[in-house]
Amino acid sequence: MDNTIVATHDTHAEEHHHSLPQLRHHFETEEQQREAGTFGMWLFLLTEIMFFGGLFFAYLLYRNWYNPAFVAASNQLSIPMGTVNTAILITSGFFMALAVWAAEVRKQSLLVMFLILTTVFGCAFLGVKYFEYKEKWEKHHIPGASFDVSEFINPPVSAKTGKPIEEPLSPDMARKTQIFFVLYFAMTGMHALHMIIGIVLLFWLIARARKGDFSSGYVAPIENFGLYWHFVDIVWIFLFPLLYLINRHPGT
Amino acid sequence: MHISPVLWQFLVKWLTNSALFPREASTIAPYADALYFFLLLITIVGLVLVGTLVFGFAIRYRKERNPVATQVEGSTLLEATWTIIPLALFLIVFVWGALLYFRIYNPPTNAMNIYVVGKQWMWKSEHPGGQHEINNLHVPMGVPIQLTMISQDVFHSFSVPDFRVKREVIPGRYSTVWFEATTPGTYHIFCTQYCGTKHSGMIGEVTVLSPEDYKKWTEASTSGMSLAQNGERLFASMGCNACHSGNAAARGPNLAGVYGSKLRLANGGEVLVNEAYLRDAILNPSQHVTAGYAPIMPTYQGQISEEGLIDLVEYLKSLKTNYRVQQTLTTSESNQAAPMTPEVVKP
Amino acid sequence: MSATSSTIVNLPDQRTATIPKKNYITAEHGLLSWVLTGDHKRIAMLYLISITFFFFIGGAFAGLIRLELLTPQPDLVASDTYNKLFSMHGIVMVFLFLVPSVPATLGNFLIPIMIGAKDLAFPKINLLSWYLYLVGGVLTLGALVMGGVDTGWTFTTPLSTHYLNTHVITAGLAIFVAGFSSIFTGLNFIVTIHRMRAPGMTWFRMPLFVWANYAASILMVLGTPVLAITLVLVVLERTIHIGVFDPQLGGDPLLFQHLFWFYSHPAVYIMILPGMGVMSEVISTFSRKRVFGYTAVAFSSVAIAVFGFFVWEHHMFIMGVSNYSALVFSLLTMLVAVPSAIKVFNWAFTLQKGSITFETPMLYAFAFIGLFTIGGLTGVFLASLGLDIHLTETYFIVAHFHYVMVGGMLMAFLGGVHFWWPKMTGRMYPESISKLSAIVSFIGFNLTFMPQFILGYLGMPRRYHAYPAEYQVLNVLSTAGATVLGVGFLMPLIYLAWSLKYGAIAGNNPWQATGLEWQIQSPPLTENFIETPIMDHEAYDYEWLAHKTEQEVTTVG
Repeated sequence: MDNTIVATHDTHAEEHHHSLPQLRHHFETEEQQREAGTFGMWLFLLTEIMFFGGLFFAYLLYRNWYNPAFVAASNQLSIPMGTVNTAILITSGFFMALAVWAAEVRKQSLLVMFLILTTVFGCAFLGVKYFEYKEKWEKHHIPGASFDVSEFINPPVSAKTGKPIEEPLSPDMARKTQIFFVLYFAMTGMHALHMIIGIVLLFWLIARARKGDFSSGYVAPIENFGLYWHFVDIVWIFLFPLLYLINRHPGT
Repeated sequence: MHISPVLWQFLVKWLTNSALFPREASTIAPYADALYFFLLLITIVGLVLVGTLVFGFAIRYRKERNPVATQVEGSTLLEATWTIIPLALFLIVFVWGALLYFRIYNPPTNAMNIYVVGKQWMWKSEHPGGQHEINNLHVPMGVPIQLTMISQDVFHSFSVPDFRVKREVIPGRYSTVWFEATTPGTYHIFCTQYCGTKHSGMIGEVTVLSPEDYKKWTEASTSGMSLAQNGERLFASMGCNACHSGNAAARGPNLAGVYGSKLRLANGGEVLVNEAYLRDAILNPSQHVTAGYAPIMPTYQGQISEEGLIDLVEYLKSLKTNYRVQQTLTTSESNQAAPMTPEVVKP
Repeated sequence: MSATSSTIVNLPDQRTATIPKKNYITAEHGLLSWVLTGDHKRIAMLYLISITFFFFIGGAFAGLIRLELLTPQPDLVASDTYNKLFSMHGIVMVFLFLVPSVPATLGNFLIPIMIGAKDLAFPKINLLSWYLYLVGGVLTLGALVMGGVDTGWTFTTPLSTHYLNTHVITAGLAIFVAGFSSIFTGLNFIVTIHRMRAPGMTWFRMPLFVWANYAASILMVLGTPVLAITLVLVVLERTIHIGVFDPQLGGDPLLFQHLFWFYSHPAVYIMILPGMGVMSEVISTFSRKRVFGYTAVAFSSVAIAVFGFFVWEHHMFIMGVSNYSALVFSLLTMLVAVPSAIKVFNWAFTLQKGSITFETPMLYAFAFIGLFTIGGLTGVFLASLGLDIHLTETYFIVAHFHYVMVGGMLMAFLGGVHFWWPKMTGRMYPESISKLSAIVSFIGFNLTFMPQFILGYLGMPRRYHAYPAEYQVLNVLSTAGATVLGVGFLMPLIYLAWSLKYGAIAGNNPWQATGLEWQIQSPPLTENFIETPIMDHEAYDYEWLAHKTEQEVTTVG
């Protein structure tokens, strides 16, 4: 969503020839400008919460209705990949926090380095996500015309035990796994979209940081972007347990 | 000014045939109208009050008479007055409206059930005796009628203004409404939920008949097969009796007398078996597994039309013993005729 | 001017008066200086032009609808065309006119000035929101040109997702984009009101117009994203049949209703609250009196915003929701009606002991009070569960929300435009013809929509292309009224345009009003204030104003 670009974008300034270079003409003080920017960012994040809120509401409703389908479908997600991704994202968030610190203490080279590290880990997250999506594509678990439920009706037999690795679902319940995958793709897809927008913004911030824009005490863009990036982390912190962890069968 | 007599006649006819207030043709209508008039009274009193205040002040304190305004901050007493009085009135309306709502949406137990299927853009009514109607509904006067309604495609809404009843007709689930007509005559049925191109063509008529006329009508318009009989045929042809045979060793639960009973489910829940439950159990069996049985029943989603489902539901409602189920079973087994896989049945 | 004169208008001597050479209109020249501006006042004017354009498009649809309903038979247009007409009328009027009407024009222009700021907090986001609005508008027009959309403005699933092959996706996208325009407007207002107030401008010294827009902004920021995600799901359902609202695949069509109305009910408060703000300003000014019960009026706006989020299910009483949840939502709906009643009575008592004059904005205010009272009280009919069964989805509900939206919001909008016209343009509108147009609109409005209440109780369903013959007389009355109403709405367009060149020069404060916006030149400077104002008095302090004027006269004299 391109709105995020502007939300962070406009909180800082063009060059205006006032006492402070980044103070925009309609603000009285630098303090006021900074507070307004941060406050605007928080409000924007509130909007984002409501945006994801609709999906969470749908998730709760359908999870309640079609619990067996949700359990079986969530078993299809890879916990190792999810865990690795959670770790990657938290690391990325950690470097973002360090970047904010580096900007505050006006260390330009550190700032650039931390921003690059944030970006690298953000890209790594998307990379892992790509492999997860690819697997779903191969298994025909993408909702739509080619969605295939056979794996839920006749789960593959485990070589060790000779029993199906999953409890088989009846055909009518198996069809409901599509709803799980709709929500899975809608929620993680929206999340990934926010990541992509964030990474585009990161490139732009890195370019500006290298010019030294944020090394003279003007840190609002870095701070506000940090808020956004942490918000994206937190959304994942909710998505990971809801989609991957809750109510899995032990030993699968 | 001279008005041509033709035009005059037209105008008189036009005006006398126009309606201003709907007829009160059901037992509910007077209750709804009472609340309506109460609210109308509140509205008029409120409007007169506000109007008097505004115009009274506007005239009394217009600039010519009152060149200098007196500043007043406000008055907690007045604020409290116009918070509490409207609140109290609205709460009365709330309770009254809620009582009416429960009256309209909770049918009496002795109501006669008629099925209504809505589809773009017609109403199909199915009487238990097997009478089928399109855009028409014949009902006897003085008998509570419950409509069990479902849509085959989009949202519709079944409305009979002269009865003051209306209910959304929803795809995928039964909704009900009831009324008891008080006056013979014909009344509009409207679909009030926008449902596509011919939304305004999805209209029909309720014909209210005296009990005798109704009896005559039922006899004259029966198709010879009641809904339950149709359902029995469908039950056998879908091979339902292979599992639901009522035998002790059967793979499916005994269905005789199941309607209206409390059923314990495999997931531990307990449900009351009604029309909606029966329909849903046919379409989504794995969510409605009776305790002690394996979830082996296939889904019939997309294989039976809504009318077929109604037939089956009516059949199950009428099923008191398993005698006939087993009879059919023996015949079908000897002929090897019962298809083991369900096939599409579109009556 | 004598003390007993029937007007408060105080214009400078027309022979010597001039429009200030330096103002926000003359600050820069050329089209680019407008479309790339960061000035909230210029953006407000851009909005004013665009929403007027869409208002008349939506109005043209309404005219065609009323013309079709002149006869019971479907004879003017085909059914599909009729369905497209009312769908486009709803979409254009709700999303492209009513939601942005007062906030994006008057709010944009006035909120910074009223609180003593030089601009909104994020001028570029403000401009962006206008562009998003424009993109939404162009997409809507695109959907229209390609053949229109016939879902109704409510996009009910599964009709919109599986059964129609019109341009649902384009229209959905249009609303999605326009939604972000309103999110950004709301966000900008909230930040500005929190962070940009002038010294001394405490929360309880703010004009009630600012309070009302603040409350509406909360609704915009929290409600609109839910609509956005719902539309995304509708588009996905339509393109790849994901089944999330499709009962065939296990989805729940009622979920769509819940999500849609979670936004669309608060949306009606987004539409009406800023109009209520306009009313407080106008009524106070023309009564020369502080608004009665300032705090009560301010908090009632916030109460409406808060309660407004918890009443959405009252759109679904007949849809087979649980009886007990229906009870809760009916009760909450009754509660949300109380703050509106509080406002109406406070406005009425503002008049008491005032010194009242009857300029055009005041006439619109009287119209607003009357029509909004009817609109609000008929809402109680619909909030009461049992009666809602009979009334919902009929012309009663059509009449009800038009009384609130057109009778309330549109009257407030027109009243506000007339009231602040001298501030925005520096020139007065012509008084007598505008009084006439206010009266014509009022009469036309009642003639249009009063018969629809009767039609609704008779049971005539909304969105009907054809109807039983016995409803014709009332429909003819309604169509006749619509014609009068149309004239009433066209007149301002013409004379306001005329006044841009020929209107009397207004001076700083033609109404002798107290707001900060009236203490600066008309039209204002780009920076609004030469030096940051210091608010040393309460809102609506007419004694302060009299004192100040006296001082000025002494200094000059």
